[in-house]
Order: sequence, then structure tokens, then C-alpha cells
Amino acid sequence: MGGSSAAHLPKVEPMSQAIHSPAAEAEQAPRMKPRGARLPLQWLGVAPFFIFALMFLILPTMYLVVGAFQNNAGEYTLENIYELFQPSILAAYWISIRISLASAVVGALAGFALALAIVRGGLPGWVRSTTMTFSGVASNFAGVPLAFAFLATLGRLGLVTVILKEVLGFNIYSTGFNILSFWGLTLTYLYFQIPLMVVIITPAIDGLKKEWGEAAATLGATGMQYWRMVAIPVLWPSFLGTVILLFANAFGAIATAYALTGSSLNIVPILLYAQIRGDVLHNPHLGYALAFGMIVVTGLANIFYIWFRVRSERWLK
Amino acid sequence: MKRSTLWAWVTFIIGASYFFIPLIATMEFSLRMRRGEYSFDAYRVVFSDDRFQATFGYSVVVAIFTILLGVLIVVPTAYWIRLRMPYLRPVVEFITLLPLIIPAIVVVFGYIRMYGSSSPLPFLATARGTDVLLVIGYSMLALPYMYRAVDTGLRTIDVRTLTEAAQILGAGWTTIIARIILPNVLIAVLSGAFLTFAIVLGEFTMASLLNRPAFGPYLQNIGANRAYEPAALAIIAFVITWGCMSVIQVLSRFAPQSANRPN
Repeated sequence: MGGSSAAHLPKVEPMSQAIHSPAAEAEQAPRMKPRGARLPLQWLGVAPFFIFALMFLILPTMYLVVGAFQNNAGEYTLENIYELFQPSILAAYWISIRISLASAVVGALAGFALALAIVRGGLPGWVRSTTMTFSGVASNFAGVPLAFAFLATLGRLGLVTVILKEVLGFNIYSTGFNILSFWGLTLTYLYFQIPLMVVIITPAIDGLKKEWGEAAATLGATGMQYWRMVAIPVLWPSFLGTVILLFANAFGAIATAYALTGSSLNIVPILLYAQIRGDVLHNPHLGYALAFGMIVVTGLANIFYIWFRVRSERWLK
Repeated sequence: MKRSTLWAWVTFIIGASYFFIPLIATMEFSLRMRRGEYSFDAYRVVFSDDRFQATFGYSVVVAIFTILLGVLIVVPTAYWIRLRMPYLRPVVEFITLLPLIIPAIVVVFGYIRMYGSSSPLPFLATARGTDVLLVIGYSMLALPYMYRAVDTGLRTIDVRTLTEAAQILGAGWTTIIARIILPNVLIAVLSGAFLTFAIVLGEFTMASLLNRPAFGPYLQNIGANRAYEPAALAIIAFVITWGCMSVIQVLSRFAPQSANRPN
């Protein structure tokens, strides 16, 4: 390598002197290239990313969105969107939204309490590090195995069900509880929602500055007043933002629900799954509209999330 | 014990029991296969199942290719954005967040419609093509995590100086990225890689709708047909997830902590 660069160096000098000779100009071209063609070359560096994103993320989604506004003959129409409002599909959206909302709100409250306990509760250090590590694991422990775990716990032969029945004589299934139901699915989703909340909200609680508490105390505020008038207003946007993130997280999830309930629980992702497999709605374009509806819900949720995050970052820097 | 510590302990213990009872219950259930005594029969059945070995192997290979593709897409892009085109950062960050907004089931639905056997790009016409599409789909799912990991890693090194030094020594772009930048952000890349691995290994939706013999659909199938094996599989999956996260945590200890950011 050293040899080749040494051999290359002397060539440069005569080239700049004999700049008008055509041969030199031809030789100079490669040297000039980076300067003259900087703009396109620069874009070349990010081209693979944009091509991939376009081909495998944006265009496939746009295909469905456009399809949602077309009929079988390819004419533009709003008919598919109207058809989303038929009772069975509306019911699917409604139960999906309720489960996602319930698991997001309960998960956020429980996760917040847990995060508060490990950050501000004066617990030993290992409690915090263990909880954070476990939260990292549990927030990624979703899908089919999670459904198995809850069937083994609260299914009809699950350990907790059996212990409650044999030791306490209390049959939870006689109370109308069923792991394959609204509350069963919500309870299962909490297993990844609570840890996700802990992972996201702990840095925000850490961000509450000590000085604020001291300032409040100096001004004679009680602990309650500090929380009501300082801490909660500061944490509120991150809290609300995370609730929305949890909502979107649950709304798009299918594997857990499908493995838990088969197709007995009529939530949107399961309906869409059945539609993709076998056109159960007997109208391919209604399937596109169903997918479009899902994007609208998660998209709206994320717009709110970003909005709240921008607001919360003003304080928590 | 102070009152303030008491409520924290109570909260922590309630939380811990919610998270540990299902694990204990699943463990106990997985040991119940032999009547009247605890045994590891369910695990033995699972591990000796040909389909377990085949689908698990398939998913591991798909995960490895996903990680490679993810690194190939993300590292040069994040590097280039930092070095030359910082004004594109908001656009790129928005795109990397899209997979969190668009559910996987919608993305794969789009693939099925766009890349069918009669389309200009018939990925789905052959099994190998579908494998490629699955890897691409997974790399899109992993994009938010991979990009964030790599970008955080790049923040801790002086990209500009390293690049200029390499250029002065005569390195081309490929050399700079492969031999200067990648080794410097290797720990960040590995964290992203293990997270990707944990996500991809048991993924159900995409693999199932593309009809690939992956671990996720296998799990679902076992769950619908067997009693004790699913519990054993859940424990195995939990251990794998735990392993991936532990590796990430160990790696983070080796990551450079000082952030000197000239750009």
C-alpha cells in the first residue's frame, strides 16, 4: 500500500500544471468527481435505507390504504369505510379499544406505582436493579409463550385456579371470570404493559429534581402539596404519553390473544388475521379498510404520544 | 420501619407476586406430565420433537440474517446522517418509528398483496423468496430498536475525527464503515442484535401469514393441541428472552460512557 501511494504522488504535480491537455483532463476527472458530484453521492449513502423503507414499509401500507378507498373494479369509493361501521366490525374495534385502553390505564397506574416504589420508596439498591432487569425481560416476553403461561396459571386447570378452589373453596370460574374473556386478556396483557411502563417512566421520575422538593419544603409545602402541585404536573405529560404508547402496543398485538383464545374473542387483529387467511368478510377491499382503520387508531395514538413527549421534555432534561 | 418504606415494600411485593406467580405456575404445570410426580417429561418430549428442532433452527437462521440485514441498513445510514446529512435526521427518525405505528399484521398484509406471484417482484412465488421477504419484514420490525441502539453508540464516539483520520490514511468508505465505525459501535450493535434476536425468535404474525415453518407458528400449533408441552415451551422462551436481555446488560457495562460529541 505504501508503495502504491508513493508511486501515485508524483503524478499529481504534473497533472495540475498541464491542465489544458486533454489527456490530463481525462485523468483529472476522477479527482474532480467527489467535488462535482457531491450532491448525488451524498444521497447515495442513505439511498439503501430509503429504498428499503419505501419498498417494505411505506408502499405496502399505502397499497392497503389506497385499496381501502377502492372497490373491486378499481373505482374510488368510500363504501368500504362505511362498511366498517357494520355492527360486527364495530364491535371488534370496540372490544379491541376497550382491552387496549384497560390494559394501558391499569398497566400505567401499576407501573407508575412500582416505579415510584423503587425510585422514591427508600428500598435497597438491589430491588431497583432487579426490577429494572426483570422489566426489560418481561416487556419483551409477549406473544404465544405468554399466553401459555397464563393458561397454566389461570386456565381451568391452572395452578392459581386449582389452589383457590381446593384450598379456599373459591371457584373463580363461577364468578364469571374466564381467561378467554375481556378481563382475562387484559390481565395477560398487563404482564408486558406494566414492565414497559416501569422501563419508560423510571427515568422520568429520576428526572424530578431534588431542588424542586427542597424549594417546595422551604416554602412550607407538605409532601401531599409537593406531589399535587409540582411532581404530578411535571410527570403528567410523560405519564399520559406512555399510556398512549401502551395503548398502541396492545392494539396491534395479536399473537398473545390468538394463542389464548383462538378466534373466539373477536378483536380487530384477529378479525384481520382471519380475513387475510380466508377472506371471511367476502370483500378483499373491506379487509384493506380494516387495516386502514388499525393504522388510523395507532397513528392517532402516536401523534398524541409525540405531542405529550415534546411537552414533557421541556421539564425533564 | 418508616411508613414511607412500608408502602414501597407492599407495592413491590404485590408487583413481584403478579410477575412471579405465573412463572411458578407455568413451571409447576410443565413438570406435571407424569401422573402423580414431578418430572421433566414435557421438556424431554419438546426437545426430542423433530419439528421443535427444525422450526427453532429455522428461526435462529432467520434471526441471524435479520440482524445482518439490519446492521447493513442501519449502520451506514446512521453514520452518514451523523457525518454529512444531519438535516435528514428528523425524517429518518420518523421512518424508524413507523414500525411502532403500523402493526406488523398490516405490514405483512401489504407484502402479501404487493409481492404475490403475479406481481413485478414475486417474492412469494418461491419458498426462498418468501424467506427473504420474512427476513426483510423482521428487519423492518426491528428497525426502531436497531436504529436507536446504533445511534446511541455513534453519539459516544467522535465520528468526524475518526473519519478524517481514516481518510488521511487513505481508507475508502467501505473500509471506514467496516473497520473504523463498526468496531467502535460494536457493543451498541450487539445490544440491538440481541434485542432483535429476542423479538424475532418467537414472532408469530408474519411467519404464520407468510406460511413459513418458524418457531412462533410451531408454538401456536403446540398450544392448540397439547397440554403440558406449551408450559415447558413458555419456560424455554422465557429463559431465552432472559438470556438475551442479560447479554445486553453485560454488554452495556463495556460500552463507552463518556459522550464527546463534536457534531
